Amino acid sequence: MSSRTDSCKFRNMNRRELLKLTPVIALGAFAIPGVQKPLLKAGLGFSDWASAKLFRSGHLATTFSDSDLTPFNQFPINDYDVDDPEVDFDRWTLTVTGAVEKPGDYTLAQIRALPKVTQNTRHVCVEGWDVIGRFGGVRLSDLLNIIGADPTARFVHVECADDYYESLDMAAARHPQTLLCYEMYDRPLTREHGAPLRLNVPTKIGYKQAKYLTDLKVSHVLEKVGYWEDQGYSEFYGL
Amino acid sequence: MAAHAIAVKNLKTGEVTEAAYEHPFVVRLCHWVNAVALFVMVGSGFQIFRAFPSFGAKIPQKDLLHWPKAFAIGGWLGGALQWHLTFMWIYIATGLLYIGYQIFSGHYKQVLFRPRDVPGVWPMVRHYFFFGSKPPAREAYNPLQKHAYTSVIVLSVLSVLTGFAIWKPVQFSWLAWLMGGFHWARLWHFVIMWAILAFVFGHLVMVVLHGWNNFVSMFTGWKKDPEYPVG
Repeated sequence: MSSRTDSCKFRNMNRRELLKLTPVIALGAFAIPGVQKPLLKAGLGFSDWASAKLFRSGHLATTFSDSDLTPFNQFPINDYDVDDPEVDFDRWTLTVTGAVEKPGDYTLAQIRALPKVTQNTRHVCVEGWDVIGRFGGVRLSDLLNIIGADPTARFVHVECADDYYESLDMAAARHPQTLLCYEMYDRPLTREHGAPLRLNVPTKIGYKQAKYLTDLKVSHVLEKVGYWEDQGYSEFYGL
Repeated sequence: MAAHAIAVKNLKTGEVTEAAYEHPFVVRLCHWVNAVALFVMVGSGFQIFRAFPSFGAKIPQKDLLHWPKAFAIGGWLGGALQWHLTFMWIYIATGLLYIGYQIFSGHYKQVLFRPRDVPGVWPMVRHYFFFGSKPPAREAYNPLQKHAYTSVIVLSVLSVLTGFAIWKPVQFSWLAWLMGGFHWARLWHFVIMWAILAFVFGHLVMVVLHGWNNFVSMFTGWKKDPEYPVG
């Protein structure tokens, strides 16, 4: 026995040891309605910050063979509003604005003139399911080059025919697998899948991959994050 | 092997009892913070699972398990993800602090399950589940306890790794690959949660069975009248 004490001192010692644990009560702040929201926002913000640090611009998402593809008719169609916002293909252009040298309306023909990329990649939904799809289009980075996007700009914003909106950080926008996609499964994009032009970003979660694009804006600050982000989802959500 | 033991003399009766300092402050802190974090991770995890209550690809969609909303945290998928992605850092931090402390303090010797503990496992199982006689207690933790407390640390590490494989299947593609792919990682994450919950259930049963002094020791560190030889 290394030492002796009496029951009174022992009780005091126990009380001191118990009081040392009081910082644990701080976790109770998460139960206070007015404090809970900002705390969770901060937690999600920290996760997004860490996600951005973990993102490696040169690291490619796994690509798959044709036999791994989810059949086209089983590729889910997810919308926040309508399957088909009835885009008028004849008059469609991509309106480019923001920190670019050549703003203006770009036709699908101008976009398709860029080098074509086709890739079989995994599309992961925030709900937890995933499919492997075949996507064809042009690199967003190639478009950013021809529109003369400011190299110091940090975000790309897109708007859609169904009033959906999204944003990408520049590292994701310039990633070699980030496509302005006009084909799925070697066929022109169907209306439900976002014709005439959608995003395909294998390094991001599904809700970032906006469909029925109409506008693209390059900017230095994050102006409108995204529809689902505004409901409470992660701003960065890189895979 | 308890880190520290003292004799306590009762001032009224003059009776002398022993007390062992079983749980250092860092261990107690990690235990309680982690208990809260685990509760939130499981609750929000169930809400996340409700968004796609199945495994594998989307097609064919099979709802494996309709988990009741009453046993879920976050209200909806986005809310649950906020809880999950906030408390995962707390869960990881307490885990790292606990493991780091155990290693650097040498306290792990008390609780780490090692090959020499193997022969003692079966007698304890016989005692707990088949009403066999209780093997004499020689240390603060018996072999079965060591097995449980070591296993749950391994499971916790795996829960984090499988979580990262689901959260970042591109950046940590090697992790997903190690687990047999993205679909398997999600299934492992789920199965490991149940294994941890099985531990928690057994742990709580034992807490009830072992009485007040044992329970209090996780708050104060000190256990009165330890049933094993101290000093």
